[in-house]
Amino acid sequence: MVQEIVAHPLSKYLREEMMPHIWCAGCGNGIVLNCFVHALDELKADLDKLVVVSGIGCIGRTAGYTNTASFHTTHGRSIAFATGVKLANPELDVVIVSGDGDLFAIGGNHFIHAARRNIGIKVICANNFNYGMTGGQLGPTTPLEALTTTSPYGNSEHPFNLVHLAAAAGASYVARWTTLHVRRLTQSIKRLMQKEGFCFIEVVSPCPEIFGRRNKMRSGLEMMGWFRKASVVENFSDPAKADITPDRIVVGEFVDIEKMSYEKLFHEKIAQINEKTMEKMS
Amino acid sequence: MSAKRSLLTGAHFLNGDFACAEGAIAAGCRFFAGYPITPATEIAEHLSERMPEFGGIYIQMEDEIASMAAIIGASYAGLKSMTATSGPGFSLMQENIGLAVMTETPCVVVDIMRGGPSTGQPTLPGQQDVMQAKWGSHGDYEIIALAPCSVQEMFSLTVEAFNLSEIYRVPVLLLGDEIVAHMYEKVVIPPPDKLRIVNRKKPHVPSKDYQPFMPEEDFVPPMATFGEGYRFHATGLTHDEHGYPKTQSSEVQTRLVRRLCDKIRKNVDKIVKVEEILTEDADVIVVSYGIVARSALSAVRKARAVGIKAGFLRPITLWPFPEKHVAKAAAQAKAIVVPEMNCGQLVREVERAAKNTPVAFLSKLGEDPHTPAEIFEAIRRGI
Repeated sequence: MVQEIVAHPLSKYLREEMMPHIWCAGCGNGIVLNCFVHALDELKADLDKLVVVSGIGCIGRTAGYTNTASFHTTHGRSIAFATGVKLANPELDVVIVSGDGDLFAIGGNHFIHAARRNIGIKVICANNFNYGMTGGQLGPTTPLEALTTTSPYGNSEHPFNLVHLAAAAGASYVARWTTLHVRRLTQSIKRLMQKEGFCFIEVVSPCPEIFGRRNKMRSGLEMMGWFRKASVVENFSDPAKADITPDRIVVGEFVDIEKMSYEKLFHEKIAQINEKTMEKMS
Repeated sequence: MSAKRSLLTGAHFLNGDFACAEGAIAAGCRFFAGYPITPATEIAEHLSERMPEFGGIYIQMEDEIASMAAIIGASYAGLKSMTATSGPGFSLMQENIGLAVMTETPCVVVDIMRGGPSTGQPTLPGQQDVMQAKWGSHGDYEIIALAPCSVQEMFSLTVEAFNLSEIYRVPVLLLGDEIVAHMYEKVVIPPPDKLRIVNRKKPHVPSKDYQPFMPEEDFVPPMATFGEGYRFHATGLTHDEHGYPKTQSSEVQTRLVRRLCDKIRKNVDKIVKVEEILTEDADVIVVSYGIVARSALSAVRKARAVGIKAGFLRPITLWPFPEKHVAKAAAQAKAIVVPEMNCGQLVREVERAAKNTPVAFLSKLGEDPHTPAEIFEAIRRGI
C-alpha cells in the first residue's frame, strides 16, 4: 500500500529549505528548537509578530531555521540588537535563542543590563559548557577542572551560575531545565512567551562531540544519563544555591514576578508627555 | 498636533550638536541609542528631550557596541535610527558598522572627532578618524561619510545622511569635529515642506516571493520591516539573495561583496558633493574639509586679494572620495595644499587623485585648527 506523504505537523514553523541543520549527532540544540516550536504551536503564536534573534555559535543558527522574521547578529550582540527591535515596535514578540559563550562571555554586559531594564525580550540559552563551534574552548560556564581545548590541564575558572545571575540582575522570569526535561521545558517556554518583561531560560544541553568526549561522556546518551542521574527539580528554591555539579543539577522555575517592563514604562511616559503638551495647547 | 511636536522652523542661534539632533528629528529619525561621550553628549541630551515629543525612542545603552546594535535592530523594526559618539566609542562601534553594511541597514552614525589616539584630548578637535571611517570595520566594503563645516551643515548634512542611508541601505557617517559640534552659529531650519526627505524602498511583492537581498537596477534591494508579514532572514554571514548563509560559496561571496561595493561605487556621481570656489583658473588649490575649511576659504580669499590665483575645493562627501573633482582641479593647477588636523589622512587620497600635481600637506594637532595666515603662507609657497 502506498503511504501518503504528509508534511510534518510542525513544518510551518521551520524553514525546510535550510535543512539539513548543521548540528552534530547527540547535540541538544535540536531538542531546544523542538521544544520552542512545540511551545509556539501550543500557544498558536502569530508568526508574523515573532522575531527570532541569535548570536554566534552552533545554536546561533536557530534564527535561520525558524520560519519567522529572523536576524543572526554579531557575536554577543543579540540582546542589544533585540533591544532596538522591541523598543521600536513593542507589539513584536522578540525571542533570542543563543549559547552560553555568546550570551555570558562576550555578551554578558548586555545580558545584565537588559535584565536590569526589564525589557520584554525572551532569552533561551542553550548551555553546553563550552565553545562548540570553534572546537571546544573553555567558556564562562565550563565547570571547574573540566577539560577543554584551552584548559588541557583542567579548568581553573569558577563558572557562572546563570540563573543566579539572571535573578540578581532583575529578570521577571528565570528557569533552568535540561534537554531531558522536554515537557517541562516546553511549558516553561510558553510561560516565558506570555510574561511581561525580561525572561530567561537556561537549557543545560549535551555537546558530546566537542565537550563530552573530553570529559568521559562520549555520547549524547551518556550526557543525557548524567542529566537524568543528577537533576533535581526544586521550583522556586534559592537560585544562588542552584548548582551544576557532577552529582547535582538543580532545575526548575526560580523567579516568576510581576514587574513593569521597560518598554511599557517608556511608552507610558511618551503618552504622558503628549497629553501635557495637548493640555497646554487647549 | 502640539506646538512642541513640530520642527523648529525659523532662524536660531544653536550649537552644532543641537543642530545635528534637530536635523535627525527633521529627517524622520525616531530612534536614538547612545552612550555619553565628549564632545557628542549634547546630541544625546537633546534627543532624550525631543524624541518623546515626537513619539520616538531615546535609550542610553550600556556601551557603544550595544548602541550600534540597537540602532540596527530599530531600523529593521521600521524606524529611522541614529547613534552619536566620538573616537573611543567609534572604535567600539566598528564591528557592528560592518554588520550594518552586510545586512544593508539604513542608519546614521555621528562621530564628533576629538584628538586621539586612545582617550587623547576629549575636549579638543581633531580630524583623525577619517581613515577609520573608511576602513574601520574588517572586510571589503564601501561606506558614505559626510563632513560638515558649520552649525548649519550639522543640521542639513544630518538630514542628507538619513536620505543617503535610506536610498543606499548603508550606514552613513557624519564626521563632525569638536568645534562644529560645540560652537554657536545662526542656523535656519526650513519648514517641513521645504525639506527633501527620502524613505527606503519597500517590497512590492508578497512575502512568499520576497527575496530580501535581491537588488534592483540601482544595486539596492527593497527592505521589508519586521512584523509586516515578511518572514525573512538576515545575517552577518555571507548570504544569498534569500538571506540564507552561503559560507562555502566563492560565487555568492563574490556576488555579494562586489554588489555592496558597487552600490556606492557605481552611484558615486549621485552621492558625491563638493564645494568649489575660484578653482577654474587657480594655480594653487586648497583642498580642505570640516572646520579647517573655514580657515582655508579665508586664506584663499586673502591670496586672491594680493593677486595669487588661489582656489578652494571642499569635499563635503569624504567617502566615497570625490576623486573626479580633485583630479579635474589638479590637472590645471600648479600645486595643491591640504591642511588637516591629523598626521596625514585625506591627503593620501588627494595625492592619488592629483597624479603629477605636487601636493603640500599641512598638519596640525591640538587645540586650534590652522589659521588663515598659516594656510596663506602655504599657498604662497605653492606658486
